[in-house]
Amino acid sequence: MEFDSNRPIYLQIADVICNRILQGELKAEDRIPSVREYGAEIGVNPNTVARTYETLTDKGVIYNKRGIGFFVTEKAAQNIRKEAKEKFLKEDLPNFANKARLLDIDKEEIIRLLF
Amino acid sequence: MIKIGNIDFSYGNVPCLEKISLNLEEGKIYGLLGENGVGKTTLLTLLCGLKKVQSGSIDVDGFSPYDREPDFLASQFYLPDEVSPVNAKAESFAVNSGQFWPGFSIDKFNEIMKVFEMDTEQKMNAMSAGQLKKTWISFALACSTKYLFLDEPTNGLDIPSKAQFRKAIMSFTREDSTIVISTHQVKDLENIIDPIIILDKRDVLLNASVQEITEKFYFDYGTTLNPASLYTEQLPGGFIQVYPNAAGEESKINIEALFNTVHKNKETVKAIFSHE
Repeated sequence: MEFDSNRPIYLQIADVICNRILQGELKAEDRIPSVREYGAEIGVNPNTVARTYETLTDKGVIYNKRGIGFFVTEKAAQNIRKEAKEKFLKEDLPNFANKARLLDIDKEEIIRLLF
Repeated sequence: MIKIGNIDFSYGNVPCLEKISLNLEEGKIYGLLGENGVGKTTLLTLLCGLKKVQSGSIDVDGFSPYDREPDFLASQFYLPDEVSPVNAKAESFAVNSGQFWPGFSIDKFNEIMKVFEMDTEQKMNAMSAGQLKKTWISFALACSTKYLFLDEPTNGLDIPSKAQFRKAIMSFTREDSTIVISTHQVKDLENIIDPIIILDKRDVLLNASVQEITEKFYFDYGTTLNPASLYTEQLPGGFIQVYPNAAGEESKINIEALFNTVHKNKETVKAIFSHE
């Protein structure tokens, strides 16, 4: 797996799993590979994958069934979207607005381009 | 668990390791880094009992490596950088030598050889350097030992073998193994090794997990220089710089930059990571 240069790998792995859930490739109650299996598959230290799973568990995207493994939660897609939306509103949108202002693009023009 | 306590080793009157102390825990894949000649290979050969410490002690689950007790030897494997071109077919070599390791499995050996796209019927002394290395790596992993010491395992491997090696090291080792990989090829193993040990002449500069390192250092791939930078390197389209992570932000470790940061700021780094 190829990684971006400036985002921690464990978060990049989390993004991949979240995208697979959003695209419907992974569904609620699907089992995801163990830390070691997944590490071997993508060539990453199991510790790193363990951190990914910890983060995703905190975010309510996956949960651990003791002794069986990790599974996608019922509300995974919902939780991912909620967080992505917050990030979009807090970071992406202000950046976008800044750039538009910088380039002197007026409101009407943006609305026309977007819708 | 391996406990290295204050060991010394010298070649004649040339000191190599001096007062080195380190603990190596179960279930971890350590990356052992250091410039040429700081004693990485020496340290590995001391750990596996090929050489004898001149003072201090090494304790591996109650064994002292140089006593070379059979139970200890059966629990570990040391793969040197240069491996011997045995006059035998790979599979028969593995079957014969595997008898010394109770955890050895020929099925596992054949399976790993398949991962490396190797022919187990080939004679080892007719192999290229890279093929020979892959055969030995397969053998080392097939022994399923508790302790595995690999000296520059990716040297001489071709491009596809590097990814195969990463896969093999995680699919075919025991979960409770302690693995120590010495390497200069940090790019090959960047995502595999954690914790990272940086050895210096007569000193251990760093022994920390990737998480701990990224909590303390920020790896910045941006375009503006930070005055607090401990290390800066120009890249096409910007810089990589490393500075203390005052803001507590997360970044992706770059082992090459980490190594250079540690080397330029030995005392600062030791102070940042000291646990006292």
